[in-house]
Amino acid sequence: MANRLSRAATGVQEWFNDRAPSFGPFYRKHMTEYYAPKNFNIWYIFGVLSMVVLINQIVTGIFLTMYFKPSAAEAFASVEYIMRDVEWGWLIRYMHSTGASAFFVVVYIHMFRGVMYGSYKKPRELVWLLGMLIYLVLMAEAFMGYVLPWGQMSFWGAKVIISLFGAIPYVGGALTEWIMGDYLPSDTTLNRFFALHVIALPLVLLLLVVLHIFALHEVGSNNPDGVEIKKGPKGNRWSDKAPTDGIPFHPYFTVKDTFYTGCFLLICAFILFFEPTFGGLFLEHDNFIEANRLVTPEHIKPTWYYTPFYAMLRVIPNKLAGVMVMFGAIIVLFFLPWLDRGKVKSWRYRGAGFRIALFVLGICFVWLGKIGSGPGTDPAETIIGRVLTAAYFGFFIFLWVYTAFGFEKTKPVPERVTGHD
Amino acid sequence: MTETIMQKTPRWIAGLLVGALLAVAPAMASEEGALASSNASLSDLGSLQNGAKMYFNYCSGCHSLKLMRYSRIADDLQLSKEQVMQNFNFTGANFGEQIPATMSAEDGKTWFGAAPPDLSLMARAKGVDYIYNYLKSFYLDSSRPIGWNNTVFPNASMPNPLWELQGIQTAKFKPAEGDVPAEFEKFEIHQAGTMNAEEFNAVARDVANFLQYAAEPAALQRKSIGIWVLLFLSVFSLLAYFLKQEYWKDVH
Repeated sequence: MANRLSRAATGVQEWFNDRAPSFGPFYRKHMTEYYAPKNFNIWYIFGVLSMVVLINQIVTGIFLTMYFKPSAAEAFASVEYIMRDVEWGWLIRYMHSTGASAFFVVVYIHMFRGVMYGSYKKPRELVWLLGMLIYLVLMAEAFMGYVLPWGQMSFWGAKVIISLFGAIPYVGGALTEWIMGDYLPSDTTLNRFFALHVIALPLVLLLLVVLHIFALHEVGSNNPDGVEIKKGPKGNRWSDKAPTDGIPFHPYFTVKDTFYTGCFLLICAFILFFEPTFGGLFLEHDNFIEANRLVTPEHIKPTWYYTPFYAMLRVIPNKLAGVMVMFGAIIVLFFLPWLDRGKVKSWRYRGAGFRIALFVLGICFVWLGKIGSGPGTDPAETIIGRVLTAAYFGFFIFLWVYTAFGFEKTKPVPERVTGHD
Repeated sequence: MTETIMQKTPRWIAGLLVGALLAVAPAMASEEGALASSNASLSDLGSLQNGAKMYFNYCSGCHSLKLMRYSRIADDLQLSKEQVMQNFNFTGANFGEQIPATMSAEDGKTWFGAAPPDLSLMARAKGVDYIYNYLKSFYLDSSRPIGWNNTVFPNASMPNPLWELQGIQTAKFKPAEGDVPAEFEKFEIHQAGTMNAEEFNAVARDVANFLQYAAEPAALQRKSIGIWVLLFLSVFSLLAYFLKQEYWKDVH
């Protein structure tokens, strides 16, 4: 019996290999024969976690579109219809809304890890650039998704964010009208944002994620020691040519990631079932009031993941300058691989200046996020916001000066990776 | 390097949670502001039932609950179809239909200057404590068109629907001085109602509690389901951890 079964399985495999001979090697290249450094630590799970969240967003999103009505007259009520009348609709909707915030949590940590361990440095510049593009598209995707429930914050948030394009000289006014298809966010705007949110941007996002992973698998993963395992000794239990310090992604990292995914889902489930609005951060109070263009909410603020950039916009008195600084704060990240001239990758072996500067950058980002989510009426906070904005950009200037002119005192980097969890 | 994942895991999870809480705590605190706590609880079925009764007797004449259905209330609050249709339904709507106001929106606009808002999501937009305090803060104000005002929502165009129970209050203000605007000091009973303060607080809490339920009926289920999900994920993670340890035995 067993013999027959295994013969049948081999038969199916052969049938498949005859017709698609490149599938097997493709699978091996990216799974069982992709040798990842064995010393990955906890910081290295956030790439996988963002894949988990991406899949969650796509699957729950498909179910939401079955009931959501992309029209200004019906959108708000249709979301509440999902929350109340659709069987398990509330669960699907909370999975999507909690997932949106969780996406940014894991992506921000993933990016921070890239800076900690110098994962953007040669030969991984392309991986970093593709990742930054993912981040950009993700911000657009989340913004448009936030408009869809057509609550007060959807409407006014959309109005404020789209009006930023109006600061561009000459074409600004026409551009905002073109984006909205109207003079205000309207039924037309909602309908096109729906199209972009559920079809266009997810397709782009998926393509970029695939390219991001392919680009990574070409050069191989970095690790907490910043040691190139491909340049180290060759030969392990699975292959003579594979790096000695690498182990197959599957099954070693798939089982490890399964465990961490369980832990991550535990945290997400706790929020989802016990505090789904997360105190008004994940779902804002004003968004439980239907959009009304005649009533302006007291505080218009974007969702928490944009607030660091929103704070930069707000503390700068000139609108055009504010917009440039805000977008500049994102654009400058693209240039990180070329601003950082240091040869040592991991912060374990980099100079103290780098570690302190990175710590300060983290504080600036979180603090700006807090300022951006407040009412923005406190003049002292505006001054602090300007200092933090300057410090944010200061990080990149410092990093370039520090590394290009040899100020950095690095520690010796070990020849091999130093162990594993 | 000999540290196991289990030793490392709680540290970062705790770090993440503490970080998140630190970030959220000020936001949560500032939202509640100076509002007194209602102590409303969704697990108190009696409070929800009484809140529904009060709501339909005193609020539903003017305010719709158009995202909520009579049948859902019957299911969730363990009431029979007859109880709901006889006591809560004054409009002739069907059992499965969404709950309109008895009064038309046009009449509301004519009589009060603004159509009374739908209350389906009010508790999610404003918070349950806001509603509790709002219901307790009506006072006589002859300068307003309808003769009532409210300290929680100044110049609201709504009279006190519960005046028979609460009695009629007047508000004492510290008079304005220069740039300092008049500041509310305290309420004084102008005419006693049928309830004492404690009884009336319970009514305000129950109505707020009912509206909290109406704003998110799923809240009644999600916590009890959530416990099982967390249990499942804990067991899953534990098994996944043992599987990982088994696979990683030969990695040195």
